[in-house]
Amino acid sequence: MISELFTVTVLIGILASGIRLATPYLYASIGEMFGQRSGVLNLGVEGQMLLGAFAAFYVALTTGNLWLGILAAMIVGALMGLMMAFVTVNLHAQQGISGIGFYLFGLGMSDLLFQKLMGTVETVKGFPPIKVPLLSNIPGIGEIFFSQNLLVYGAYLLVPAAWFVLNKTTLGLKIRSVGENPDAADSLGVSVARVRYFTIILGGTLSGVAGASLSIALLNVFQQNMTSGLGFIAVALVYFGGWRPWGVLGGALLFSMVNSLQLWIQVLGIPIPSEIAVMMPYVLTILVLVITVSRVRAPSALTKPFERED
Amino acid sequence: MTDSNKLPSGQTRIDSIEMRGISKRFPGVLASDHVDFDVKSGEVHALLGENGAGKSTLMKILYGMYHPDEGQILLNGKPITITSPTDAINYGIGMIHQHFMLVPSLTVAENVALGLPSSRGPLTDLDRVSKRILELASIYGLKIDPDAYVWQLSVGQQQRVEIIKALYRGAALLILDEPTAVLTPQEVDEFFVIMHQMVKDGYALIFISHKLHEVVEISNRVTVLRNGKKIGTRPTSETTKQDLANWMVGRDVDFVPDRGNIQRGEVRLKLDQVSCGSDRGTPGLREVSLEIHSGEILGVAGVSGNGQRELADTIAGLRKVSSGHIFLEDKDVTNFAPGELTERMLSYIPEERMRDGMIKDFTVAENMILREHHKMPFSSSGFLKLKDISIHTDKLISQFHVKTPSQETLAKNLSGGNIQKIVLAREISRNPRAIIAAQPTRGLDIGATEYVREQLLGQRKRGAAVMLISEDLDEILALSDRVAVIYEGKVMDILSRQNATRERLGLLMAGVHPEERTPA
Ligand SMILES: Nc1ncnc2c1ncn2[C@@H]1O[C@H](COP(=O)(O)OP(=O)(O)O)[C@@H](O)[C@H]1O
Ligand SMILES: [Mg+2]
Repeated sequence: MISELFTVTVLIGILASGIRLATPYLYASIGEMFGQRSGVLNLGVEGQMLLGAFAAFYVALTTGNLWLGILAAMIVGALMGLMMAFVTVNLHAQQGISGIGFYLFGLGMSDLLFQKLMGTVETVKGFPPIKVPLLSNIPGIGEIFFSQNLLVYGAYLLVPAAWFVLNKTTLGLKIRSVGENPDAADSLGVSVARVRYFTIILGGTLSGVAGASLSIALLNVFQQNMTSGLGFIAVALVYFGGWRPWGVLGGALLFSMVNSLQLWIQVLGIPIPSEIAVMMPYVLTILVLVITVSRVRAPSALTKPFERED
Repeated sequence: MTDSNKLPSGQTRIDSIEMRGISKRFPGVLASDHVDFDVKSGEVHALLGENGAGKSTLMKILYGMYHPDEGQILLNGKPITITSPTDAINYGIGMIHQHFMLVPSLTVAENVALGLPSSRGPLTDLDRVSKRILELASIYGLKIDPDAYVWQLSVGQQQRVEIIKALYRGAALLILDEPTAVLTPQEVDEFFVIMHQMVKDGYALIFISHKLHEVVEISNRVTVLRNGKKIGTRPTSETTKQDLANWMVGRDVDFVPDRGNIQRGEVRLKLDQVSCGSDRGTPGLREVSLEIHSGEILGVAGVSGNGQRELADTIAGLRKVSSGHIFLEDKDVTNFAPGELTERMLSYIPEERMRDGMIKDFTVAENMILREHHKMPFSSSGFLKLKDISIHTDKLISQFHVKTPSQETLAKNLSGGNIQKIVLAREISRNPRAIIAAQPTRGLDIGATEYVREQLLGQRKRGAAVMLISEDLDEILALSDRVAVIYEGKVMDILSRQNATRERLGLLMAGVHPEERTPA
């Protein structure tokens, strides 16, 4: 039975869905990474994703336009980010607690809207796969990497883009300094509040897209609590990735590959209890977090509200 | 073409800056009370005063970080308003803060570029920044690698980065807030050389310090502040250290406390090849051996971060010894818990007095009995005996001159000096056999400092063995019978009082054995 896993077709299938499944993690984690690099821990990612997923799905369902769906998810995510930013930057709220508050808000709100506006689970025709000319014809590779939908490609392009912004632009320099020593940044005329507003809203926007990628590109349905912890994993992946885009990519891939493997194990009917299979990626995350987190230092000002003395 | 009006950095000189009638009130304190202060191109004007005198406040006003309630600022005779550091920078004013304003995880060039517009729009232009840094550095012979990460740099190097940062932003006037507090004596000398050169080139420098000998050495004029008020301004050549000290404190100061002649007794505390880890994973202490006798003060000198903290913590039982032995009066107490060491009459005056020395949200009385609260006379069968505690606290408050509204005042509402007096009272009043005092006067004003030193000498006279860990060489030299120098977790040498000169200690603190130096 186990040998079934090792046929070429199955392996390609596992890899292709692994690549695809990393999509929501990438959007959410990269967004979260920006927030954390500027010193803000947003534990509300899951809530932002749920509302984003609902907004995208509902708009796509009612208008038939997937792009409007994405836009709606971005706006909802950005608004959630704006609220989070106000609470953390202006009100100096305890970030862990307020994040959980936003998660519960997103969870309840998306459920409420779902009940009121839809009532039953429906499906949409999500983003179709796009075969990249030439590249998608390469055997194996083509199917794994170059026959995915637009949001998947977008997620992977986000990684080098995030790296570039963080390391090669003045904005990135400001973000990094605000997360490490906001007093120093402030003394040089960098507005700590503006930078943090920017990163938190960006994070919210990307979390919204992460939700949309689930509801209108990967699963093409909306259900209550459909993210089931994915947003929290996304936060963990930021630690896992050492607050670096490439590290986050590595974490997201490792996680989604294991997830894909366990899905295939279930699909193929390999006799491992499904509970155990489902647990695999989570157990793996905990293990890897335990091993890696002590290795890299978190941004020094992470979770610390900033207040000028005067 | 040379323009006499230009500084070597290309910046225009600031002929004069004048602050007139500056007042600033914080809740409960008048930190600045109608203060006049001015500085001119080509001079060092020292600002001298005890902690809390209002030096930093006055300068943060000049740098736009605080807004004055009253008063005005004139640049070259014309009134200006400075509402933010950015304004100050635009007027050519730079400030090097008491606590460096650097981002450790960024490179030197990134720190310098931070917050400035880039010549490439949204993209950074670190290559150009690096070039300019090297240009500026070469003017003053500062060695600096623009690509090094700040966390890799020594404190002295970090200070240079701060100077470069200010020069890069076009500073013609530099405010130096206690710049020497973190340097070794040799680094201070190097720093003064740079200051001299800058003054010659036409910069205006404001030098804040509470170390008198430095002020006397480097400044042209000196202004003394006390309790937010200006006491006076004098040309430095017309004052003496003693005058300045009396000005600062407002009464006559006894600089070198009387040590008296004391016969030292038996060994009380002994470390034999003690090693331990540190928080960063590097070896904290490396085979440290030393002895302290009854009736003796052993000074431990060194630049901050060379294992002083680990040394104090291991002896106090707060950090595990990985190898070696610690003896307290012949008893091997290696890795004993703090409670057991308390029983054996070891007292500890920790460096972070607010964090390790007391509980901020406890009252004065509760803090006074922290160490022995579980014993008679403070409690019996698990109940606190509030009356006895109160009597005891009253006694200590008057004996140690603690200024507090009441016994019930929370410790966090007292000034640093009074907090230290509480710690001192608690640790000393139990007549300990040995005392570890880590940076006991750091951050205290002259009055409180004087008091703490007298108390330590009193303990020595009583026959306690005292380890005095301090980064203040004056303090070490004034109190110690012998001086151990610690460098990178090792004891470099232990010198007798007679042999412990500033110069020898300085070299040892930098990791150099004086004998090793090749003769010039
Ligand atoms: N941001 C602030 N808020 C409240 N009080 C302050 C603040 N900054 C300084 N103070 C008070 O003002 C007084 C002067 O402080 P400071 O200027 O830092 O003194 P110095 O630099 O001479 O040691 C002190 O009593 C201090 O507690
Ligand atoms: Mg100060």
